[in-house]
Amino acid sequence: MIKKYDVVVIGGGPAGMAAALSALKKGAKVLVVERDVRLGGILNQCIHNGFGLHYFGEELTGPEYADRFVKLVESEDIDVMLESMVLRLTPDKKVEILSPEGYITVEAGAVVLAMGCRERTAGAIAVPGTRPAGVYTAGMAQKLCNMKGYLVGKKVVILGSGDIGLIMARRMTLEGAKVELVLELMPYSSGLKRNIVQCLNDFDIPIKYAHTITRLEGSPRLTGLYYAPVDENRNPILEKEEYVSCDTLLLSVGLIPENDLLSGMDVEMSPITSGAVVDENRMTSIPGVFSCGNVLHVHDLVDNVSREAEIAGGAAADYALGNVTAGDTVSVRATDGVRYALPQRITKGGEGKVDVFFRTVDVYTKKRIVVEVDGNEIYSRKTMILAPGEMEKITLARQDLVGDVIVRLK
Amino acid sequence: MKTYDCIVIGGGVVGTAVLDRLAFHDLATLLLEKDDDVSVGASRANSGIVHAGYDCKPGTLKAKFNVRGNHLMWSLVDDLDVPHLKCGSLVVADKDNKAGIDELYDKGVKNGVEVEVWDKQKTMSFEPNLSDNIEWSLYAKEAGIVSPYQLAIALADRAVLNGAEIHLEEGVTALERKDGLWVVTTEKSQYLAKTVVNCAGAYGADVNDLAGAEHYETSFRKGEYYVLDNTERQNVETVIFPLPTKAGKGILVAPTADGNVIYGPTSHLCDLDDTSVTLDGLQDIRSNVAKTYKNPVVRKCIRTYAGVRTIIGDDFVIGESKVVDDFYMAIGICSPGLSSAPAIAEHLENLIAGDVALKDNVVTRLPRAKRLSELDGDELNTLIKEDEAWGRIVCRCEKVSEAEIVKAIHSPLPAVTVDAVKRRVRAGMGRCQGGFCATRVMEIISRETGKDITEIRKGKKGSNIALYSVKEVPND
Repeated sequence: MIKKYDVVVIGGGPAGMAAALSALKKGAKVLVVERDVRLGGILNQCIHNGFGLHYFGEELTGPEYADRFVKLVESEDIDVMLESMVLRLTPDKKVEILSPEGYITVEAGAVVLAMGCRERTAGAIAVPGTRPAGVYTAGMAQKLCNMKGYLVGKKVVILGSGDIGLIMARRMTLEGAKVELVLELMPYSSGLKRNIVQCLNDFDIPIKYAHTITRLEGSPRLTGLYYAPVDENRNPILEKEEYVSCDTLLLSVGLIPENDLLSGMDVEMSPITSGAVVDENRMTSIPGVFSCGNVLHVHDLVDNVSREAEIAGGAAADYALGNVTAGDTVSVRATDGVRYALPQRITKGGEGKVDVFFRTVDVYTKKRIVVEVDGNEIYSRKTMILAPGEMEKITLARQDLVGDVIVRLK
Repeated sequence: MKTYDCIVIGGGVVGTAVLDRLAFHDLATLLLEKDDDVSVGASRANSGIVHAGYDCKPGTLKAKFNVRGNHLMWSLVDDLDVPHLKCGSLVVADKDNKAGIDELYDKGVKNGVEVEVWDKQKTMSFEPNLSDNIEWSLYAKEAGIVSPYQLAIALADRAVLNGAEIHLEEGVTALERKDGLWVVTTEKSQYLAKTVVNCAGAYGADVNDLAGAEHYETSFRKGEYYVLDNTERQNVETVIFPLPTKAGKGILVAPTADGNVIYGPTSHLCDLDDTSVTLDGLQDIRSNVAKTYKNPVVRKCIRTYAGVRTIIGDDFVIGESKVVDDFYMAIGICSPGLSSAPAIAEHLENLIAGDVALKDNVVTRLPRAKRLSELDGDELNTLIKEDEAWGRIVCRCEKVSEAEIVKAIHSPLPAVTVDAVKRRVRAGMGRCQGGFCATRVMEIISRETGKDITEIRKGKKGSNIALYSVKEVPND
């Protein structure tokens, strides 16, 4: 007997849980499939504070933020499969799931993708030199430290200034390690400003912008590394190479939406976000397949993930229950300093408002965010500073969206 | 002190192949390996190509053993259940270099290898992604790919099942003759042996010196590689070589038996054991790949690596020492060493054990390993009923179950490091490079072996992954 659900949510992290709860509110029968032994996703290893300021109006740790959703999911009529991995998803929304209970196929009226993202590795950026023990992604070191109780090393360099790297600079310091240096290839941080201040500046940890690693040394364990400033093409200037002794290198050089499950499906993908192209309901190019959270695009704050997932989960329920009518869409295009804008499509003729999220290409001061439709400015806002590490939101009136939309900086 | 009929020094693909052949005979055999696993030197870090044998200088040991080794390889990897694909190979050339192709063709014929010269149309229809300037190719249908480390591991496993012993982390420190026997001293112990076989790879000349056998000068050449994500595999049909030069077979594009694609190797003189990857080397690969392959996609890189070829003169050194008794050598095994290994082992088996009876009831075929990624739903459900660990995916990128990892940890030659597990079942070999699963693998090794997490290593001694418990971080 093949089980049937209105909505199957793949992933039980913050996105998956918020999507499931939102779908349930609309009256859908919901299944959440989670790989780990517990719900909560990566939040479980993020034991620092700073979560929930926008969503709950108070400051929580990652596990506390997750727990609020876990309690709701567990108390509601939502089926949850733990230690369960979706091995295959078909365009007609059959979901094949492997768990210690067995291999089953579930039929879904709608599917919400909420698988999160993975970290870019030392291998992916081809860090030169030896390949010793002591080189880890920041997230792996975070999991070992916060969930397992082990410190990977004591003399640490961090490559990249993504938020997890910055958080781990502070965490490792608090646990008794010495963080010698943070190196960032770009002339600015890819993380939140508040993390630069609270995790590096407050602990006197130096960060060198426009620098990269030129060579790792040591085998079988890392003993040190060479680094150098980079030129305008991001190539290292080897004459200025310097050495720092360390036993650990943590990488925080980017997050990649984990869309491997879509490889067999003809889903339109964005080369910029590495996530699906979606409409205002977060529906992908395959009707009934929705995407939200970090598998759609990498977010700065979990609060934004929860809100986005609520849109996707609610719309997935509407779709499964037959409460939607498809309409023509306008495209949303990013240009002039805007790296991408999401959703990439908005259905024409709707009422009320729609939020569009975007990130910038570089750091900009005193720019104006401008939205144009058919050459007419329908939105304009002055800004003091814009940085790629922070996600920006603009709210548009749907009645203005009569043609294709362009988001740019002026 | 235990007396062995034969001690093999070195657990690369040649040493394990020799041990495997000797273990069929009624002999007490022991392999000594200085590192934490077999196949951690040149045998791990090469192109994984089974060469057809057309480009070796006719009359050399390289030509002889490569051609015979290729012939033995395809049934061997089937018996041992080692991932492989007989995908053929192409040496490609532009319009100005047809002569190079013809020269290789002649060598191939002399070496007894089936080769064909193909024009542009035939070449491109076989491998559509070659550069536009390619006009000619030499096709060798007997060539292909194997997983080189899995070959050495399977050879070691079969040898152990047939009664051979393997001692890891026992580097040989002295070799002396006493009462007509060899006294083999290691970091940990001492053994007696009637014969010794030197398969010590990069340390081959050193082991010869320890024994007082022939002295050889050794040089080393580093080969660096890019490994690409398995999504690139569909774009590469076969092994694509440029025309060879004095420095080697050139920078190739090839599928791997594990389902990835590699670009490389470079060829630069280096120091012993220098497996670092260099900025120059990577640049060298990028610029050379583009000469044969139309759309190199370095952005799909998931890892880089480098291996060291050990070179003694122009040829392999294989056979019995003429200086000391009961001492055999298979050293200076650079390319095509992997392809030649089965034939080198056969040759040494004949020399050492030619007149020794075969054991009864030897294992010839290893059981087919079940891989979650290759099983259908019904097969999985049957397995999960027996052992629920089949339903627990540890490595999500490569779809490896806990059951496969536990089996690797308890295999005939046990895998007790994270890298040893990786080489056997691919956990951590995919695009996240263990970012998600390494901690799980560490916990499973810890649970199965009773070692503390801080004792779990990546590979070699001293490669512990997590150095401290957070409760016991020293103040210094």
